[in-house]
Parts: sequence; C-alpha cells; structure tokens
Amino acid sequence: MASIGKILRRTFLIGSAAIVGGVAFGAYYVTRPAANPLKPREGETALSPFVLIDQDGVTLFAPRAEMGQGVMTTWAALIAEELDVELDDIRVLHGPAAAAYYNSAMIGEGLPNKGYDITDFQHNLGEALGVLGKTLSLQVTGGSTSMKDGFERMRMAGATARETLKQAAADQLGVDRAQLKTEGGAVVAPDGSRIPYTELAEAAGQIDPPEVELRDPAQWRLLGQSLPRVDIPGKSTGTAEFGIDVRPEGLKFASVRMNPKLGGAMNGFDASAAEGMPGVEKIVDLGTGVAVIASNTWLAIQAVEAIDVDWGAAPYPPETDALFDQIAKAFDDDPNSTMRDDGDVEVLPEGATEIRADYTVPYLAHATMEPMNATALYTGDKLELWCGNQAPTLIQIRAANTANLDKDVVEIHTTYLGGGFGRRGELDFGEIATKVAMAMPDTPVQTTWSREEDMRHDFFRPGALARMRGAVKDGKAVLIDGKVAAQSCTHQAVERVTGFSGGGPDKVLVEGFFNQPYAVPNYRMSGHVADLAVPVGFWRSVGNSHNGFFHETFLDEMAHAAGRDPLDFRIELTRTEFAPAAGCLEAVKEMSGWTSKTPDGVGRGVAMTYSFGTPVAQVIEVVDEDGTIRINKAWIACDVGLALDPSTVEAQMIGGMIYGLSAATTGEITFSDGEVEQYNFPDYDALRMHSTPITEMRVLETNKHLGGVGEPGTPPSMPALGNALFDLTGKRARSLPLNKQFNLMV
Amino acid sequence: MATALKVNGKTHQVDLPDDVPLLWVLRDEVGLTGTKFGCGVAACGACTVHIDGEAVRSCQVALSDVWGDVTTIEGLGTPNAMATIQKAWVDHQVAQCGYCQSGQIMQAAALLAENSAPTDADIDDAMQGNLCRCGTYPRIRAAIHDAASKLKEA
Repeated sequence: MASIGKILRRTFLIGSAAIVGGVAFGAYYVTRPAANPLKPREGETALSPFVLIDQDGVTLFAPRAEMGQGVMTTWAALIAEELDVELDDIRVLHGPAAAAYYNSAMIGEGLPNKGYDITDFQHNLGEALGVLGKTLSLQVTGGSTSMKDGFERMRMAGATARETLKQAAADQLGVDRAQLKTEGGAVVAPDGSRIPYTELAEAAGQIDPPEVELRDPAQWRLLGQSLPRVDIPGKSTGTAEFGIDVRPEGLKFASVRMNPKLGGAMNGFDASAAEGMPGVEKIVDLGTGVAVIASNTWLAIQAVEAIDVDWGAAPYPPETDALFDQIAKAFDDDPNSTMRDDGDVEVLPEGATEIRADYTVPYLAHATMEPMNATALYTGDKLELWCGNQAPTLIQIRAANTANLDKDVVEIHTTYLGGGFGRRGELDFGEIATKVAMAMPDTPVQTTWSREEDMRHDFFRPGALARMRGAVKDGKAVLIDGKVAAQSCTHQAVERVTGFSGGGPDKVLVEGFFNQPYAVPNYRMSGHVADLAVPVGFWRSVGNSHNGFFHETFLDEMAHAAGRDPLDFRIELTRTEFAPAAGCLEAVKEMSGWTSKTPDGVGRGVAMTYSFGTPVAQVIEVVDEDGTIRINKAWIACDVGLALDPSTVEAQMIGGMIYGLSAATTGEITFSDGEVEQYNFPDYDALRMHSTPITEMRVLETNKHLGGVGEPGTPPSMPALGNALFDLTGKRARSLPLNKQFNLMV
Repeated sequence: MATALKVNGKTHQVDLPDDVPLLWVLRDEVGLTGTKFGCGVAACGACTVHIDGEAVRSCQVALSDVWGDVTTIEGLGTPNAMATIQKAWVDHQVAQCGYCQSGQIMQAAALLAENSAPTDADIDDAMQGNLCRCGTYPRIRAAIHDAASKLKEA
C-alpha cells in the first residue's frame, strides 16, 4: 500500500475528476471497510451491502442507477450467478446512498494509458486504484463502468453469501459444508432435502464469511445470456416509478426559474402577477432564481412564468461567435496536455503529402425525456429526497449542505431515471428541490422544471474546435498532429463537487483523440483548455463525442489524400496496433458488403472509435431521394471482450449510435444575449421512427479486457455519417450539425 | 365547480380550472402517473392517451375540452394482465429508460385499432410524433409488427 501515496500524487496530475478530491484523504481510509449501509432488522440478515435475506425472500441491491442501460438486471445476474437464485424469485432494488457502493472502475479510467495497450500490470494497478473510490464515497453511474466495476465484486458478493448460507446449513445438519449444494434459493442436503435461504438467514448472520473462489465461466447459467430485464414489465405498464412519479402523502407541486444568463445574478423580482393565480400557495425566493409552490405542477409553471424577474448578465461572452473566438484563443496557450507524442511531427517525412483541416462542433444539451425534477421533505432536523440520479452519495452531501444538516439525516431515494446521459450526475436539481421544500417545512414538495427550463439550464457538452495536420506517403498515414480546444468538463465538475478549483491535465478533454489504436509513426495529440464560464458537463461519451468526429473525419480525409479506400486504410493501421479494432472494421466491411464503390445516389461512410475500453466500428449508408438525403442503413460491430448480456449490449450500441446521429444531424445549442436560444424539442430535435436507419450489428468477444457498452456506440456515428455524406456529395462536413449544410430528411 | 371526467372506466369529480391540461389532471389530481410529461407542446408524445379510442396529446387538451372517455396506459393492461401490445413490448425488450414508452404504447395501440396490419411506412407515419432519446425505435417497430400478428391470431 506504500505506493498508493505516490500513485495518488501521480494521478493528481492526470486530472481525473474522480481522483483530485482524494488527495486530501490519503491512503489510510482505503484499508478500512466501508460501513454496511443495509441495516438489517431483527430476523433479517445483510450478508453484504448487496444481498439482503429475510423471511420474505432474497433482495439484491444494484446500487447503480437504472437509466435504461439494463444495469439492474445484469448487476443482479452477477450476484445471482454465484448465489444460485433465479431472477424471477428475487427483488432487485437500487441501494441507498452509501460509501460501500463506490465505483472502482471509474478511478482506473483516470490512468494516463491509452487503454487498449494496457498491460496486465497496469490493469491490476487500475484495480488497486479503484480502492480510492471508497475513500471518496464515489457512488457514481457513468463512464460506462458499471460492469467493469461489478464484474468481480458482485460475483464475489454472491459466492460469499452462498458459502455462508451453506455453512449455516452445515452447522444445523451436522455435516461438512463441502457435502452441500445450492440451487434455486435453497441449500440442498446430501439426502436431497432443501433448506430455503430464508430459513438460514438469521443463523448465517452470526457466521464469519468463509473464503470463496469464483466459479469457472464455463459453468455460468445466467451470465452471457440475454435475460429478460427486471424493469421492463413496469416500464411497459406505466407502473415503473420515475422521480416525477413520486407521490408521498400531502405532496405539493412546484416549478422553478433560474437565470437564463447562466450563472448570472438575480437583481430582484416582482411576483404580484403570480400571487393571485389559481392554485398558488407560495412564492419562493431562491436567491438566484424563483419558484412557485402550488396544488398542481401546471399551475405552478403558469405562475412562475408570470413572475417578472430582473436577471443579471451572464459571466461569459453573450453570443455564440464570441464564445468560439474565446475557444480558438486557447490554441495560443501552451497545451493542457500532450498525452501522445510519438516520433517527430515537426519534420514532414520526405516525399510525404501534407494535409490540414479545421473542425467545429457545437454545444449540445442532454435533453433527457424526463425533465429535471426532485421531491423533498424537510422537517427541520431531517431531509428526505427522491429523485432519479447518477450520484446518490454526492447528491446526499449537496442536499445536506444546502439544508445545513448532517448527511446522516439526509435520506436519498433513487428512482428510475427518465434518461441520464450524464445530466443526472449533476446535483443542481436536488439542491433546488431541497431549497424549495425548505420554504414549506413538513410538507413534501416536488419541483419539476418545464422543458424550456431543462433545455436552457443544462451542463452542456462543450463546443469544441480542432486543428488537424497530417501527412500521407505511399498510401499510408505517416503523421498526425492534432490539437483540440474546448472548455474542460472535468475542471468544472471538480469545482462544482469539491469546491476546489480543478486543475491539471484533463484526460477527458482528449479521450478519443490521443488514444486511438492506429499505428502512425509520428503522432502528437494535444488538448487546450478554454477558460469560459458556460456550464459544461459529461454528455454520453464525453470527450469522445467531439474527438471521435475530429479524428475519424480527418482520417477519412487522409485516406482520400492517399488515394486509398477509407475502410482498408483503417484496417491496415489498426491490425498491428490493436487487433480487436481491426476485427470490428473487418466485421462491418463484411456485414455491409463494402466494395469501395457506391452507386449514384448512395453514399457510405465508415468510422471507428475506441472508447471506454471498447472499439466500435460503424458503416452508415445515406441515399439521395429527389434531393432529400435519408439515413438508410447502419452496420455496427463492437468488441466488448465479454458480452454479459448480449441483448443489452445490442440495445446500448444501437441506442448510442442514434443518440450520436441525433446530435450530428440537428443538435446545436447556441447563445444570444447570454441566453440559450433553444427552448424545446421543436428547436432541439432528435432522430425519430421515420429517420432512424435500419441497423444490423455484431458483438465480438476477442478484447482482452471487459469494455463498456453504454457510451462507445455514440462517437463513431457522427463521423461515419459525415463521411457517408462526403461519399454521396463530394462535400466534406467539417462542422456539425449537418442539417445546416445538407438537405437531410430528419 | 367540479368537472366530471371518466378515466379507465371510473368517473372522477375534478375541481381544477377549466384550462388545466388533461395531462396534469391525470398526474397531479387523479393520481395516474403512467402518462408522462415530456415537453408540454405536443412535440414528444410522452403524454399520449386515448379519448374515445383516439390517440391524443394530453398536454394539449384542456380539462373542459375532454370530449369523451379517457384511457391511459394503466387502463390498457396491468403487470399481471397485460394487453397484447404491452406483452409484445416485454417480449421484444423494448424499454431502455422507459420514460417515453407509455406514450409509444398508447400511440401504437391506436394505430393497431385502426390498421390491423401496418406496413413499415404506416408505422413511420403513425409513430414519428413520439420521441425516444434512448433510441428504442427498431425494437418498437418489431413489437408493433409482432402485436399485429398476435392480434390477428386471437
């Protein structure tokens, strides 16, 4: 453990959000077990923070937020695989906010390696660093980390519980534990008689858990199968409870308006027009905004919109063009990081052809289907908060600070999330709901944002610029020298969560940029941080969401400059560097029947991005129909190493691609007079039934390490579409969204 | 003055101003939260319910304008007694976050009531007002086709 301090100091320099705050705590706490947040009542036994058994049955806790990625089911399957229970026979719940549910994988992601070139030593180091998650109480759902985090730990939790229950049965029967088996939620004695776990739970609680070993994957009966998701019946019958559906007795309904000049002050307001409106019970001065508590959400929205507010100016240049001028200025400063610097990019190899291109992508909103909301009950000495969230321990601390209470008296209830995509890892909606409820103590109050409030008060995916220079020779890429400039989500997030200014090299800004598995001898990739106060945050696939577009559009330009087929050009560059990436490219080549040539009126593009441990290749086909361009088909191949639930992997890859295509076609947040110009879905739309391509996909399992699935489908979609439009029209898309340059059917 | 509103076969006396949208009557007054708020401007379809069998955006129908019997997702079927279309949604594992699915299912149910064998183009036309940010469209399409053939067999 002695090396942890050294690693901490090094990781501080990496600039990962997760690690920066940890320095203050040091390594000491790492060795202390986190308290078990499940406090069993009499007759109940909590065998670990993940398994609770009582007379009524077995409950598994999946303390990662279910936001549609199937984590509840797969997490439960990891436990159930070793515990020998059927998913039909158990309950699966979100755990409470608790340190024991820390996310170890997210910390490992902070290491400054490229990921695909990770050695076993580094992989283990990543896991060792994962213990830091515990010191930070970092119970976070994000970074496509849930399965990487839970894969070993949850099977171990299940196995430990199983062996402890067997020991209890062995003591009762007077036999050796090794003579017992388990099956269907019961211990089976040598004579075939069964003792249900529920009857052994109390005795098992008195036993020190024995050492256990994990089962050989060849014996798995659940993992690797497509399992029916536990949350789907509720979501198909309107009975699944989202944050906005929470109905504690006596509930009042509120809505809020914060300064649309984001981060600006509130100079004053006149609520006289709102006071007499129907259903209005209270106007609340939040200091930086206003809220109305009413008998109905719609009446609250009408009233809060009737308040005349004098808003202060935004703390950033008020127009989009000026913001991008500021981002471009970051190129004049020293880079924040240069995480790849191979060979010598200063010297153009002899006989090589140099090409250059600049790219621009806009700010983007998350636009979850469920607008931001939370419900709070404040009683003076306690607080209960209900909401869909991606970070219960962090929101617990924020709500406690807001209400000036100790965090132990703040109870967080995590519901289903009506979309997360990174937005629900922020803490603002919980803080606002807490403040509103504090204005009406002893009464539960649900604060729901209008869609317009939600759209215009996001932590946006930062607008970003890239300046790319490359060289090709003899049909090969011999040099790539890239610079990206954008605001740092990481620095802002660290400051929001810890109160300390986040500094240091930001790996997130350059992910998908410096760590792509292409064998190019002279290869330098730098990140430049733009200093702006526009609120920015983690948007599905984060830095990869812009860097995937920059890198893969430029690689396409290089392939064309080299006179090569863009798919073969990529296969050649990845084959020796990282075979799984070449495998994905070969798979989409075969699936799509790629031939280098497309008929008139048809265009095809390819892209590959390695992110969150998973290479994903996509081919997109567009067709020209009487001057209107439609996205017709898509082919996806990913290599996740091990597909714990193939149906879920498929759903995430296709959904991730559609999320990316939505942004690429029409997604854009712009500013005027310091305010976001998009209000609702008519101004910020997405792909719909008729504009979504028919998609085929393949899941490969050659990758040595378990890769993420929730985000890696997003980055390659945008360049693949742009490259297809180039193939169709000969016009190169160097900025997004594409509907500004092409007549797309969306 | 209370307004009488028949929802899922049950009559409710609702004491709210005439202009409150049906969506918010259902959610905050009647207590049926299966119908979702997404945009408030009929741009996403999350609030879709049936009035006399017709799919409507409940965020755009004022309480005083409700012209018939209302059916919500809760009235279509329950977890223990699902409608054919809901069963198809489970069989095809459609939902991801699930927030838009009540509206998707109500829209699809209205489509199937009027067209027992919709083509892909029919599905495109009927469903394009329903937004899904998770991108579950391919599975929605498959579930609709499947429900159509199951309803034909029945």
